[in-house]
Amino acid sequence: MTAPDVENLLRELTPRVLGALVRRHGQFEDCEDALQEAILAATVQWPAEGVPDNPRGWLTTVASRRVIDQVRSDRARRERESANTTQAMQAEPAEVPDTDDTLLLLFLCSHPALTAASQTALTLRAVGGLTTAEIARAFLVPEATMAARISRAKQRIKAAGSTFTLPDGPALEERLRVVLHVLYLIFNEGYSASSGSELHRADLAHEAIRLTRLVHAQLPEDSEVTGLLALMLLTHARRTARTTAAGDLVPLDEQDRGRWDRALIDEGTGLVKASLAGPALGPYQLQAAIAATHADAATAEETNWRQVHALYLILERIAPNPMVTLNRAIALAETKGPRAGLALLSTLDSDERMAGHHRLLSVRAHLLEKTGDTTGAYEHYRRAAKSTASIAEQRYLESRASRVRP
Amino acid sequence: MQFLISLHINPAVLDALTDEEKAAIGDGHGRFLQGLKQSGELISTQALVDPSQAAVVTVRGGQPVVTDGPFLEAKEHLGGFYLIDCEDKNRAIELASRIPDAAIEGLGVEVRQVMFADGHLVEA
Repeated sequence: MTAPDVENLLRELTPRVLGALVRRHGQFEDCEDALQEAILAATVQWPAEGVPDNPRGWLTTVASRRVIDQVRSDRARRERESANTTQAMQAEPAEVPDTDDTLLLLFLCSHPALTAASQTALTLRAVGGLTTAEIARAFLVPEATMAARISRAKQRIKAAGSTFTLPDGPALEERLRVVLHVLYLIFNEGYSASSGSELHRADLAHEAIRLTRLVHAQLPEDSEVTGLLALMLLTHARRTARTTAAGDLVPLDEQDRGRWDRALIDEGTGLVKASLAGPALGPYQLQAAIAATHADAATAEETNWRQVHALYLILERIAPNPMVTLNRAIALAETKGPRAGLALLSTLDSDERMAGHHRLLSVRAHLLEKTGDTTGAYEHYRRAAKSTASIAEQRYLESRASRVRP
Repeated sequence: MQFLISLHINPAVLDALTDEEKAAIGDGHGRFLQGLKQSGELISTQALVDPSQAAVVTVRGGQPVVTDGPFLEAKEHLGGFYLIDCEDKNRAIELASRIPDAAIEGLGVEVRQVMFADGHLVEA
């Protein structure tokens, strides 16, 4: 097996082995450290000496030994002054229980005591099997920064006294929403690449899809999990058409649809259709349905804007959010004309969350341009360009502005 | 999200502080730095030499000319910065408010989001 194959295998095994370790020893923090050391050993040994017959068992045994050593030395330190003799340590069990604890681990990493930044980092390490250095590179921070963040996250979980069990009832539902949000954030981080390391950040989108597939495999009946997976696939399908070779943004209506990934679109569309047949309707499903509607149109002109608008309307009702209203205004402008879109936008002016937001400014600029008000469009494109923190977006908005310059 | 917290100092204001006040600022920065390291939010921090040591470089007709700085004819000058990676702008503002300079009249603490980054991140 080549080194990259070994790497992929290790990443697949990470959550399953870690789950088994935590189940056996408790102490998430120690188990996670021990597994990282075992993985390091495997990365060196396996490509050279061959992969063991039971790689999962190998990792579990090696990591288990380290956890026990750690516990033993901690205990020895505590008891150095006391007369008590050390209790016999639990023997290493030869059997590896065959349960998939990926979901339990995801719940643990999405612990409510953690910030979103810590939740994403810990998820990538404990479930995704990425090294701290890889996560640091993906988030464009030094390794020491990421190491401190992950270590703090593990301490918080320990302090919160979390048990390794799935919550039930409404608590399960609530925690699952957090897990999905964390996966969504990881995907977005990869998708909204704006500088230098696009390559690494695209890997994050890929990783988010892989992890969401794991959740989907465990909860195939949950329509929001299905919806999120579909949304990611449909969005990821457009990745190569989304920017030019020079890194400039290409808006949806100008993208070369021939470059969209048909296989991902077909899979995503299939998932959306299946999930919409379910009993409940959630925000991820609706966003996926909107993405599927766009994917369905062979050209931008053929877009079924009436359907897009209807889906945004439902989304606005079940998950009110000014960004949703903003997107609905675009769809409304396509069906009822730019003035109708502008009228809807004006309802957002009093919303504090949108004050000076570059998206509100750029959508208004776009609609003003369509009404023929080039002066207003120019001014709004310029203001939007000043407000964004993304270089690619700024370049795009500046080019729009110079196109309508009065 | 990455933010630059820049510290705008006024040498006259700093000179007027008592030794205790100066020591308190130093301790405050030490504690702030320690907290940032532990939470995993620090990318890097640097402090600059006195503005009187600055050189202003201009090129006119292809010829470089160096004059004594600082460039800005202001009372306040960039004294240093913290480069951080945190949850959002609110968190960056919350962190900035813990910097001792923020509580001293005449010293400025400014928060701005980073838009582009390149180059190797120096390990502390």
